[in-house]
Amino acid sequence: MTEQVRRVSCIVCPISCQGEVVFENGQIKEVRGFNCPRGKAYAQTEVTAPKRMLTSTVKVKNGTIPLLPVVSKQPLPKGKIMDCAKALREVCITAPVKEGDIVCPNILGLGVDIIASRDLAAAN
Amino acid sequence: MINRYDVVVIGGGPAGLATAHSARQNGAEKVLIIERDRELGGILQQCIHNGFGLHHFGEELTGPGYAHRYIKLIENDPGVTVLLDTMVLQVFENKTILAVSPDQGVIQIEAGAVVYTMGCRERTRAAIRVSGDRPAGVFTAGAAQRMVNMEGYLPGKSVVILGSGDIGLIMARRLSLEGASVKAVIEIMPYSNGLTRNMVQCLEDYDIPLYLSHTIAAIHGKDRVQGVTCAKVDDKRNLIPGTEFDIECDCVLLSVGLIPENELSEATGIKMDAVTGGPIVDQMRQTSLPGFFAAGNVVHVHDLVDWVSEEGEIAGKYAALYAQNKLSESPKYIKVENKSGIRYVVPQNINVNQAGMVRLYMRVTHPAKKVSIEVAGNSGVLLEKKLPIAKPSEMIAVDLPQAKVEQAEQFITVTLKE
Repeated sequence: MTEQVRRVSCIVCPISCQGEVVFENGQIKEVRGFNCPRGKAYAQTEVTAPKRMLTSTVKVKNGTIPLLPVVSKQPLPKGKIMDCAKALREVCITAPVKEGDIVCPNILGLGVDIIASRDLAAAN
Repeated sequence: MINRYDVVVIGGGPAGLATAHSARQNGAEKVLIIERDRELGGILQQCIHNGFGLHHFGEELTGPGYAHRYIKLIENDPGVTVLLDTMVLQVFENKTILAVSPDQGVIQIEAGAVVYTMGCRERTRAAIRVSGDRPAGVFTAGAAQRMVNMEGYLPGKSVVILGSGDIGLIMARRLSLEGASVKAVIEIMPYSNGLTRNMVQCLEDYDIPLYLSHTIAAIHGKDRVQGVTCAKVDDKRNLIPGTEFDIECDCVLLSVGLIPENELSEATGIKMDAVTGGPIVDQMRQTSLPGFFAAGNVVHVHDLVDWVSEEGEIAGKYAALYAQNKLSESPKYIKVENKSGIRYVVPQNINVNQAGMVRLYMRVTHPAKKVSIEVAGNSGVLLEKKLPIAKPSEMIAVDLPQAKVEQAEQFITVTLKE
């Protein structure tokens, strides 16, 4: 029997419970130390399939500023965030751009589009 | 060149945008926004992370996304004029404004009402007196944020961040995503001043160590930063000898607090609050000078932009009414005083002749659990708001219904009960 404990800081509300998820043979045995069911649910997702939104920038040609801020349309698997950020460093688009335009479709085949978070006018 | 506007808004960030929009909705015909940057939106444009707007729009937006909601409203409104690249030099007590821009030279503007929405700026190395060498590579976190997110420069490849406020934490993640190595975040207080969400998603996710009760004792480097010496501090924030250790880095970012930017307001002769660093205001966000209003971070530093917008809406409404001579001429003020456990309360004054609910914004002096905020008048307790947790970094809002304001009579006190 191998028991493992992972500490999780809850981000659901400002109380910020510091709880633990106990694994036994790779299965969740107990979730403890959280004040509410939402905290428990957060901790379970956080240790099994954590997800994060990604925000970054891509290069722009002929824009009024040299960079365009972008955001993932949905959260991405946490483990893939660094790879996605790397992939976005290679992307270059041409102004004008409208907020919501797809900048990088289906990034790394993960099924999530990266979209522009603002309008960006062409320089001339 | 002389121009006249009903309401002139100084600063086109979130507070200014909400103010201008609200002024128009409340009957001001001609509204002017004066902005010194190349575009509207203020600091939101460089805050590319998401999490903005949960209160105000009911969804999580990026900073630019939040700004653009308002920018579109302003751009589609022919009653609002925007002057970009324009710096206000002086505001006179008769509401004449002197500004300068590359296009128009010196401009004189006359206003029915003036709203100050200049926001705040960062504390620098000089403000906290970090000793050591003076090499290149020391930046405030917000300056670095602009470089990385808007200009396309990386301020360093190996970074130490002093201060664990939200901007510092956000920059730790941002620099990691752009390929820099963030060596440590150093915090002088025994607790972080950032949101737990940012502690988890900006530090833990990237395995960046946080040193609480530590500070940078010295910065080293001849031309460029080469490293820092850190040390532990005692409960009076003095360095503890023998606890020093060095970290190699080529860049130091400072996230050590914000200061409301009030040179213009002070020069106009507006009374300031020594604690907030902003003008003393009433619930309409009117300052000590009639017809001069203020909203957002210029009044007190907020943690959520949603509340900056709300304050802008208040200031814009009453500035518009003032410009139309619709504000009551006979104010009767009572003071709102912060008592033990409360660092400050905004508004500092309540005009009891002004109808409506008053929302009190406040910060506590120290973190505490299971507390209540007690609002009292000279006749006794008016209301109590229970909170599971209170932190200095998270602003608290308490609503005071009109009936309670009337009961208060001569003054209102706000106390933290533990």
